[in-house]
Amino acid sequence: MDHRPQAWGRPRDDVYGAYDASYLQTSGPKNATQSPVVTGTSVIALKFKDGVVMAADNLASYGSLARFTDVKRLRVFLDSSVIGFGGDVSDMQYLDRHLNELAIDEAYDNDPSAAPSDGTSPPGTLNAANLHKYLQKLMYKRRNDFDPLWNQLLVAGLDADAKPYLASIDLRGTAFTSPTLATGFGSALAQPIMRRYASTEEQAASRTREEAIEVAKECMKVLYYRDARSLDRYSIAVVTKEGVELKQDELLERQSWAFAERIRGYGTQTV
Amino acid sequence: MFRNNYDNDSVTFSPQGRIFQVEYAAEAVKQGSVVVGIASKTHVVLVAIKRNAEELSSYQKKLFQIDEHVGIAIAGLTSDARVLSNFMKQQCLGHRLTYGRNMPVRSLVDMIGSKAQINTQHYGKRPYGVGLLVAGADENGPHLFEFQPSGMTEEMVAFAIGARSQMARTYLEKNLDAFADCGREELVRHGLKALKESLVQDKELTVENTSVAIVGVAKAKDGTTKMEPFKVFDGQDVNAWIGGAADDKEAAAAEGMDVDDA
Repeated sequence: MDHRPQAWGRPRDDVYGAYDASYLQTSGPKNATQSPVVTGTSVIALKFKDGVVMAADNLASYGSLARFTDVKRLRVFLDSSVIGFGGDVSDMQYLDRHLNELAIDEAYDNDPSAAPSDGTSPPGTLNAANLHKYLQKLMYKRRNDFDPLWNQLLVAGLDADAKPYLASIDLRGTAFTSPTLATGFGSALAQPIMRRYASTEEQAASRTREEAIEVAKECMKVLYYRDARSLDRYSIAVVTKEGVELKQDELLERQSWAFAERIRGYGTQTV
Repeated sequence: MFRNNYDNDSVTFSPQGRIFQVEYAAEAVKQGSVVVGIASKTHVVLVAIKRNAEELSSYQKKLFQIDEHVGIAIAGLTSDARVLSNFMKQQCLGHRLTYGRNMPVRSLVDMIGSKAQINTQHYGKRPYGVGLLVAGADENGPHLFEFQPSGMTEEMVAFAIGARSQMARTYLEKNLDAFADCGREELVRHGLKALKESLVQDKELTVENTSVAIVGVAKAKDGTTKMEPFKVFDGQDVNAWIGGAADDKEAAAAEGMDVDDA
């Protein structure tokens, strides 16, 4: 019997054969995430004249398995901005915890009890543009460490001039703004629909809240029709000067699968 | 004979509970020439007396820009102020890079406060021998902060540090209620008048020895606020202000010298 401390708690060699120590290897190159594991699909967002609408379904897929059906992928920051997460769910959870810390630090610097009574955050707190810049630096740092956070983020809120603000960041730290944005499959399926609603900033600035919500719901429906990693339960957020209105358990309405009859080339049918 | 045994380093308390090295550092601030800062609802001004080491030399600068929206006035060891100023510049730039906005003035002042306090608590370190007035404007409006070598920082409506600054503070206390609603020019005038109180006999404010700096938030006509960046005025640029402050004194003198009664 081997009584050396190194052998404590290990399967006995004389019973189970030699232990494969390669599992215990602590040296050698570090293995950062090479691909996402549990993933969220599209996030879509569009501006209107007073703010931004954002939506994402409540599904976290494990490969092609619809593994978790109640994962909320929209997050409110300081009652004034919304962040939507596509991609890896564990990295989303990491970012969520990180943003909680950031929000607490901000609350120390800007007394929340000093906030105006209209529901907005006190002057001087990070707005959506500041938050977007910060997250871009964070994502770009991680890609330079060769350990990227495997997400694409949409950030919605208001900028320093209280104008609607919408921007995207991907796992490489690429950042840009647009009147309408979508991540993942949404960039192929939802973006054309949203561009019909508003293809320029001027058009977005002439649209109403109701129009924007209507288009967002339409996009979520199309995504559910055509994206096999999606769900009919979704979250939708509206950000304006008055704050954030977030609904987390919406169900797609007025679905019509009639078009499915005409789809050919998949499944078991021969013609 | 009665040598003080408790002032060799900044980590030893005296039996009376004092830390002499920190108190000596506070004395260094009083050796520097006087600087005055006043804040209103819209602006902060810093005014300072510059000294020249000798007749043939130039005057030592007292007011420095840190970032677009912040600047400092220094009293004490200029070389220590340079270290703090460089640190503040770096922090402001770093904040601008990561968040794309002006660094909140309070966070900046808290950072130099913590930095200075550490020096009073570690063996082999010494406190900074400089006091600062930090003037800045951010989303919460204009701010004036005092910084001491002990690491103490405090927001002020108006304050003066440096040699004979008590005279200036007395002036500021007397006119305290007026400051909040002062405009930019009025604030400078008050600053220079406070500065004058601290001058030694037969010395005067001149374009050579006077510095003025202004930062604020100016209300535009359409109701939006626009930033007036921190700017230092020297030489001929302060001429008109000095003239204005001098007129006031003569006017007061003509009224029956009631200025000297207090």
